[in-house]
Amino acid sequence: MRPWRALRVLVCTLVAIYLLAPLVVVLIISFSSAAFLRFPPPGYSWRWYANLLNDPAWMDAVGVSLRVLVPAALASTALGTASAVALVRGRMLGAGVIGAFLMAPMVVPSIITAAGLYIIYRGLGLNGTLTGMVIGHIIITLPYVFATVASALRSLDPRLEAAAATLGASPVTAFRRITLPLLAPAVLSSLLFAMVLSFDELIISLFVGSARLRTVPVQIWSNIRGDFDPTVAAIASLCFLVALTALALEALLRRRNGDRE
Amino acid sequence: MEARPSHSRAPDWAPWALLLPSLLVMLVAFVLPVGMLLARAFTQPEPGWQNFVLLWERPVYLQVLWNTVLISAAATPVALLLGYPVAHAMAHGSARTRRLLTFLVLVPFWTSLLVRSFATVILLQRRGPLNTLLMNIGLIDAPLPLIYNLTGVLLGAVQTLLPFVIFPLYSSMKRIDPSLVPAALTMGAGPVRAFLRVYLPLSLPGLMAGATFVFISMLGYFVIPALLGGPRQTMVGQLIQDQISQLGSWGVAGALSFILLAITAILLSVLNKLVGLKAVAR
Repeated sequence: MRPWRALRVLVCTLVAIYLLAPLVVVLIISFSSAAFLRFPPPGYSWRWYANLLNDPAWMDAVGVSLRVLVPAALASTALGTASAVALVRGRMLGAGVIGAFLMAPMVVPSIITAAGLYIIYRGLGLNGTLTGMVIGHIIITLPYVFATVASALRSLDPRLEAAAATLGASPVTAFRRITLPLLAPAVLSSLLFAMVLSFDELIISLFVGSARLRTVPVQIWSNIRGDFDPTVAAIASLCFLVALTALALEALLRRRNGDRE
Repeated sequence: MEARPSHSRAPDWAPWALLLPSLLVMLVAFVLPVGMLLARAFTQPEPGWQNFVLLWERPVYLQVLWNTVLISAAATPVALLLGYPVAHAMAHGSARTRRLLTFLVLVPFWTSLLVRSFATVILLQRRGPLNTLLMNIGLIDAPLPLIYNLTGVLLGAVQTLLPFVIFPLYSSMKRIDPSLVPAALTMGAGPVRAFLRVYLPLSLPGLMAGATFVFISMLGYFVIPALLGGPRQTMVGQLIQDQISQLGSWGVAGALSFILLAITAILLSVLNKLVGLKAVAR
């Protein structure tokens, strides 16, 4: 068995390097002093980060991204949580089918959703508007919130609510005082993930955005297709940093929740 | 148990009231848009099958559809081979190993696909870090062509697909009794035979789910072939985008979307028949 265990360790190490190498490389490149791609860089500087802060196009993109992700993540967390509660606890007919329906945007390629939204928005005048963008991002993030909260809810003991009911709590009170606090870590972590997903979303934003309404990924997209620009490495590094912080935060949430069970 | 006080039960319409907002949003902003795009396949520029006939008659379009299937089919075994040992270590390793690997596997899930692809473009350049490293340690004499070809697309895609194989595999494997393989060994099976006859069949549901998820996610890829592939790795997602933004042919875009969704739906229903989607949901 020993050679097999060694093989397993080897593959796990390779996968770790494979997943982390791009992050490390882009971080190093972002501090390069050269305007061209050379590895290792000839020298180090902060100039690309300074570039980022001084370029209004990038700062506008950050602003648009934030104005989209906050309402989109909040709305999809509210919608996803409500749906999960209804489907897991509601004893509804066809709950399985409705659940699968809510997960559908996960398996439909986002280019199809994006092109479809563009058609609908053309009639409604929503292309190039913040509202249109937010609605698109809700659709993309909703399945993840629903899946996370539903699976957390399934692992909660329904007898806790029944006990509260026996003690005279109304369904609303039982939910608010018992279920919701136990569910809070899952709801929070799905809110966090929805924010990250919305921040990363490219294709919907590309279709329903406009030259004046560009999110960070759209700005990155239009800057990486031409000549190499280290400024993109700087924003990419910042994106990685934000994502890893969010992921660490979520892992912490999950661990605290796990300890309590 | 049955005779609960009446005030402790939520009214029957309560779950529907909770569900209604999501259903409305999904209908208006998902079903309707996707439906309208698909309808264009049969209505634009005029009613009929002309868009599908066009796809059939133009070898370029068929070639792209075929490429898409081939590239996705090539990525699937790579992702499975890399993901299998990782899922195994997660399912049967120590708690620390599991936590570490879970965190690691979630990294591509949380970091932007676009940004990762950009980073991979840098990594795989002719004079990029990977080629420099390989040349410095003397493994190769000249830079390898790692990008703007199939290798580039696979190296870029598999890292984003790994979570989709590892999580279903892990949830399948953690239900496998860890004493089964040692039992097979004491009864005289070699390690390879014990794995092939005992462990592998038990992990099959996760394996099939992982393979299906990887394949269908890859079918819709757009950013990775655009950044890391060459002209011969053009995939159907790019073709749909080109049809809309360059040519304005919504009918052809609709027909391509229709085919893409049909393949996805067929594969998912086969998976559902074979292992049941509920069984593999986390």
